[in-house]
Amino acid sequence: MNNIDNELLKNISDDNYVKPDVLNIRKNGEVLERKINEDINIINKKDLSGIDVFVKERTSLAVLQIPVIITMGGLKDTVYNDFNIGDNSNVIIFAGCGIHNKDSHKSVHNGIHRFNIGKGCKVKYIEKHYCEGIGDINPTTEIYLDDNCKMEMETVQIKGINYANRKTKAVIGNNSSLIINEKIMTEKEEYAKTDFLVNLKGENSSVHVVSRSVAIDNSNQEFISNVEGNNKCYGHVECDSIIKDKGNVKAIPMINAKHVEANLIHEASIGKIAGEQLIKLMTLGLNEKEAETEIINGFLK
Amino acid sequence: MLELRNISLIKDNKVILNDINIIFSNDKFVVITGPNGSGKSSLVKIIMGIEKPSSGKVILDGKDITNMSIDERANIGISFAFQNPVKFKGITVYDLLKLSLNKDVCKRECCDTLSEVGLCIKDYVDREVNGTLSGGELKRIEIATVMARNPKIAIFDEPEAGIDLWSFQRLTSVFNALRKQSKGITIVISHQEKILDIADEVVLLQNGIIEKIGNKEEIINSIFVDKTCCLGDNNE
Repeated sequence: MNNIDNELLKNISDDNYVKPDVLNIRKNGEVLERKINEDINIINKKDLSGIDVFVKERTSLAVLQIPVIITMGGLKDTVYNDFNIGDNSNVIIFAGCGIHNKDSHKSVHNGIHRFNIGKGCKVKYIEKHYCEGIGDINPTTEIYLDDNCKMEMETVQIKGINYANRKTKAVIGNNSSLIINEKIMTEKEEYAKTDFLVNLKGENSSVHVVSRSVAIDNSNQEFISNVEGNNKCYGHVECDSIIKDKGNVKAIPMINAKHVEANLIHEASIGKIAGEQLIKLMTLGLNEKEAETEIINGFLK
Repeated sequence: MLELRNISLIKDNKVILNDINIIFSNDKFVVITGPNGSGKSSLVKIIMGIEKPSSGKVILDGKDITNMSIDERANIGISFAFQNPVKFKGITVYDLLKLSLNKDVCKRECCDTLSEVGLCIKDYVDREVNGTLSGGELKRIEIATVMARNPKIAIFDEPEAGIDLWSFQRLTSVFNALRKQSKGITIVISHQEKILDIADEVVLLQNGIIEKIGNKEEIINSIFVDKTCCLGDNNE
């Protein structure tokens, strides 16, 4: 790994967590580094580009890192990663894509991640995206939660990605819950679309989606969500956006209760930074620009 | 010393403040009171730079600061607690106190500031300054952000409004302590007798003009003499 690789990895990692037990770094479409242990195995897919990750039952607090880095212009990398998590396991998974492309040809990464999560599991999935130069990303995440599971998903995309089309699909079993926290910031002419489809299938299943986004300059964003309540369940979707300059955000919410005991809520708000927030921070000595930065950083924290 | 010289404020053809002349001397605790719509909040907002006067001057220690921005005034020692504290998304009590203290302090160092307003650091420091906090909690945090700055001029716009579970005794003890410790000017908009009790001066504002400046008894007597003036309990 060279300095650029290390820098990209740093930008899509999280310093708050310990070093991973299991690692699979993919660079320009090839496996660069892999580390497994007795509880977690990674094998290459035979028919497609990508990997199958197998976590044994009752694996206690394992940390996996599955990043992708692209340093070649004009590369279109599509990868299928399947995570099969055995019952009663507790895992933290880091993924994400770092693109360093000084070429004039666009680099594209399509990451399709499928999570088959067994009964009683606790999973945290953190996905960060970072791009220098011209790069598109199209992450697709499919989550199948069995009974009595808890999953938390964090996705972060802060500036630099020219085009992003993110799709998240989840089917949630009995007594299982899914929490999704999404942070997106676009600038210049960037475009980002995020689309959630959640099926609350199990009794007492729940989902809580919080999407916070900032669109500045001429950038465009679309937020689409569709939560279906097919049982006694609870769903809450919250989409909050700050727009600035000629930034544009479109939110299309849909909640669909197909069971009389489905309790679904959708909240969406789009607007500029509240003037009173700027004034309060200015009374603490920050100038308008500093106050604005502080408010946006806090919003996307 | 802070001087407001010939300050007038006209909005939508309505005179909010009419030729206000007043001097706030150093080390004084001044309470501004008066009926709803008398111009109290507008007057203190002019001192902070949130409102711009239609005419007149704001002079601090001999320097004309009328055209200074809010942040410039903050950086020369003017601080302001809002009647309705501002809520944020993602900004925590700790973030706000760090900004108020203007240094990268650890969470433990914020303890003193929060305990002064009766809040326990461990319960609040990581909480977001949003609607999950009660009106009283937001108010105490707002007061803490002003006290943390150790300002030359501390302005509190109706600190008692919206206080719920916090006993009013606690609020008066905070202001009593501030009265003793502060080396600067404290300006409080209040209708509460216990706050008026600790004031060096009480300013009675009515219809955009200063009706009277005196001690609590003089002001209360003048209110009873002039039946047309009745103290309100809400912001204009």
